[in-house]
Amino acid sequence: MSDAVDLLIIGAGPAGMAAALAAAPSGARIALLDDNPLPGGQIWRDGPHAELPPKAREMRARLDACANVRRHAGCKVIALAGPKRLLLEDAERGWLLAYDKLILCTGARELLLPFPGWTLPGVTGAGGLQALIKGGLPVDGERLVIAGSGPLLLASAATAKARGARLGRIAEQASLGAVGRFASALWAWPNKAWQALELFDATYRTGSHVLAALGSERLEGVRLQVGKRVEEIACERLACGFGLVPNTQIGEALGCALSDGAIRVDAWQASSLADHYAAGECTGFGGSELALAEGAIAGHAAVGMLAEARALWPQRQRWQGFADHLNRAFALDPALRRLAQPDTLVCRCEDVPLSAIGGRRGWTEAKLSSRCGMGACQGRVCGSAAQFLFGWQPPAPRPPFSPARISTLAKLADAAESQAPDLSSARTPG
Amino acid sequence: MPELLLDGRPLRVADGTSVAAALALGGDGCARTSVSGQRRAPLCGMGICQECRVSIDGVRRLACQTLCRDGMRVETRP
Ligand SMILES: Cc1cc2nc3c(=O)[nH]c(=O)nc-3n(C[C@H](O)[C@H](O)[C@H](O)COP(=O)(O)OP(=O)(O)OC[C@H]3O[C@@H](n4cnc5c(N)ncnc54)[C@H](O)[C@@H]3O)c2cc1C
Ligand code: FES
Repeated sequence: MSDAVDLLIIGAGPAGMAAALAAAPSGARIALLDDNPLPGGQIWRDGPHAELPPKAREMRARLDACANVRRHAGCKVIALAGPKRLLLEDAERGWLLAYDKLILCTGARELLLPFPGWTLPGVTGAGGLQALIKGGLPVDGERLVIAGSGPLLLASAATAKARGARLGRIAEQASLGAVGRFASALWAWPNKAWQALELFDATYRTGSHVLAALGSERLEGVRLQVGKRVEEIACERLACGFGLVPNTQIGEALGCALSDGAIRVDAWQASSLADHYAAGECTGFGGSELALAEGAIAGHAAVGMLAEARALWPQRQRWQGFADHLNRAFALDPALRRLAQPDTLVCRCEDVPLSAIGGRRGWTEAKLSSRCGMGACQGRVCGSAAQFLFGWQPPAPRPPFSPARISTLAKLADAAESQAPDLSSARTPG
Repeated sequence: MPELLLDGRPLRVADGTSVAAALALGGDGCARTSVSGQRRAPLCGMGICQECRVSIDGVRRLACQTLCRDGMRVETRP
């Protein structure tokens, strides 16, 4: 027997939580699932070193009070199991869940680019470091350098400083002109201007980027290009993030059309596939306010509350303006394509160096000749990097979407009337 | 305050601590050894990169998406 709901929401960040709250008054049976142990997504990630804002706590409390919203934490989507049915897995079990409507709120991940030394312990993503610290990673007294692009660098720095890290430098690749234009237009979104002022740090430099992480067994320092100078800074931690990449994997596998690498949606947040909606950063980067507005529109629309959905259009438009402004300011400098050297590992799962894939004509050829992208992350790190480095189209998602237990995969056999997905790559290497 | 076993050594951590954080609290922070023999530590902190995979009570799990629980046995990959 398979389990069924009226509305399934994948991702419990701001967009997914807003979608569930917007749809709940309809009385529909709703399931909200997320692969993290606690709800909140990226910005409201909870943990021993996290301080949740009142808005997040209020939304969590309201969700707790909705008897028709089931929450599945620590739960991943493993495969499609026939029309409107998914194979899921959590720590205890694998099971099939059928749905009538689906809202994808899968958010975004960081763009991580290869540079010499980036595999050394001590090097993390920028948002990655923030997430690890919220989960209890100690950084007290550690020297830290943050590099990459976008406002996430400042947010990550603020979290690390609050936990006692000593910040040596924030290196933003965008030019002073671009960042200046961004900052001077913030008056249109006053709360964002306040946030920027609060987060600003004296070590912040524009037109700067990482050249190499230094060290043998673990990180000992970093070499940076700071304007026209090369600077070396001793540090125990380096956090690098180059912007965000929408998580489109599940949407793509279902058959939702993409545009500009994000799930394409209409004014109701409906995707190209009937009964399938998408909201938040899987439809393009925009920050939590936009994710909340989009999530609520999708939630209302999915249960037929069209007037309520339409009432939120102006709010979405306002925050979309902010998102467009942000994305223009932090466009990546093509010089970052030259950071990786021939011996720099591009694929960290299979340890494939740049020299083994540079010069190939595309992703498929690189993969067949080198195993690049065939490891446990399934190309979610190196595929996005190769898209920036070489302009290659990232690999099409294949099940299992996450490494899964054999006992879970066996459940696909229960999906009798569905076509069995290709499981030739079902066991991912340890 | 759950107490877990990290590579056989007892470690007590604050409630809500991720296993990824526990690797640094009770060891060198590394989770695994790569196919070419490099030590690796959590990178993305959010379930994408798979660099943090460890064995938890005998099952392969992501350290960054697992909370520490009392009596949990965590083995890193030498
Ligand atoms: C690492 C990181 C840190 C960030 N920190 C900040 C910050 O400090 N301040 C700020 O203003 N903005 C921050 N952002 C931007 C932030 O993403 C947005 O402001 C906001 O969180 C977007 O909301 P969302 O609901 O669209 O997506 P998210 O918050 O990303 O939520 C998506 C959720 O879906 C889950 N998920 C994805 N795929 C699956 C799947 N297949 N199965 C199950 N669950 C899945 C994810 O684990 C996640 O919990 C950060 C982004 C990242 C990537
Ligand atoms: S640190 Fe990347 S998956 Fe856990």
